[in-house]
Amino acid sequence: MAKLESSLKNMMLSLTLISLGASAALGFVNDFTTEPIQKQITAKTVNAIKQVVPEFTNNPVDEVFKVATAEGDSLNVYPAKNGEEIIGYAVRSYTNKGYGGYISFMIGFKPDGTIVNINVLEQKETPGLGTKMVPEGTADKPEFKDQFMGKNPETFTLKVKKEGGPVDAITAATISSKAFCDGVERAYSTLKKGGLI
Amino acid sequence: MNQLKNFTKGLLKENPILVLVLGMCPTLATTSSALNGLGMGLATTFVLLGSNVFISLLKNVIPDKVRIPAFIVIIATFVTIVDLMMQAYVPSLYSTLGIFIPLIVVNCIVLGRAEAFASKNTVLSSAVDGIGMGIGFTLALGVLGAIRELLGNGSILGHKFINGDGIILFILAPGAFIALGYLMAVINKIKKV
Repeated sequence: MAKLESSLKNMMLSLTLISLGASAALGFVNDFTTEPIQKQITAKTVNAIKQVVPEFTNNPVDEVFKVATAEGDSLNVYPAKNGEEIIGYAVRSYTNKGYGGYISFMIGFKPDGTIVNINVLEQKETPGLGTKMVPEGTADKPEFKDQFMGKNPETFTLKVKKEGGPVDAITAATISSKAFCDGVERAYSTLKKGGLI
Repeated sequence: MNQLKNFTKGLLKENPILVLVLGMCPTLATTSSALNGLGMGLATTFVLLGSNVFISLLKNVIPDKVRIPAFIVIIATFVTIVDLMMQAYVPSLYSTLGIFIPLIVVNCIVLGRAEAFASKNTVLSSAVDGIGMGIGFTLALGVLGAIRELLGNGSILGHKFINGDGIILFILAPGAFIALGYLMAVINKIKKV
């Protein structure tokens, strides 16, 4: 079969048909992947929440609400309840001040404002340096983020030592450490502004 | 015999990365560990196979003047399918590869094979060429990822071989260039023998 000539009609026809076929195929794939993708995203959020607040009996993802920050945007807050009593809030916070830009966190607070745990969700920090903000340490080998646990930002200023605060920065990753503090501070001040703690 | 040649040329003689030096961006960016490299390689192999087969099937009904847009639509369709599938079924790999999956669309290996091979050859030869090139790409990414992971982290595919931190440079961008350069030199030497 000879190649189709490049006339206007042929070009339009062939591109239109190819695009039609492509969109039909994509529609089909999208149809059966939408549900598993949604499930993955929910499961990921629930897991992140579980790690940062005390054990809860409700479904925090269903009861999520938005709280406005001081900068004009808003953060998702997931309330953790035991029966009817609120036992903590998981806040999805972020910072743009990381060495690699955007970092997002899930940060758990008790109703009195004490930090329970912090989970780094996305980061692009330098491997081996800034990425040390991610792991959780053990009792005899504490990691960077352990120093925040059980502290209340009311008395525990969220600033690194270089800026006069109490936070021990990660060696050779001061920018990442400052960004971490910024993300936690954003979550705390937002909760405070929303009157939740 | 001819098909065997179509298949094996992608592995060493015309290896897309180490000999043709195509598709450097995903090569350098995603090979920070062996698993990432292999995942990226397999995703690209699927796209190569799909786009080669379809472009070869449609080569006579695509007028010459619009062949590039037509190829890109076909390639982008397969990339989006891979993207959705990975997001649904292998979310952890998807989150590490991230932006590099959609970027397979502009990977010059895929368009290069479409233009140089699939648009001139039969469906079977194109499919074999796609698989061969894809496996060559996957192998090169896997080896490069393994070297960088071993030197940078002391492990391969997550199994620790060396205790301690390793040479962080190899996980970072400069390590990719250094490791790739030496790997190319070795392959050149082997090819000459």
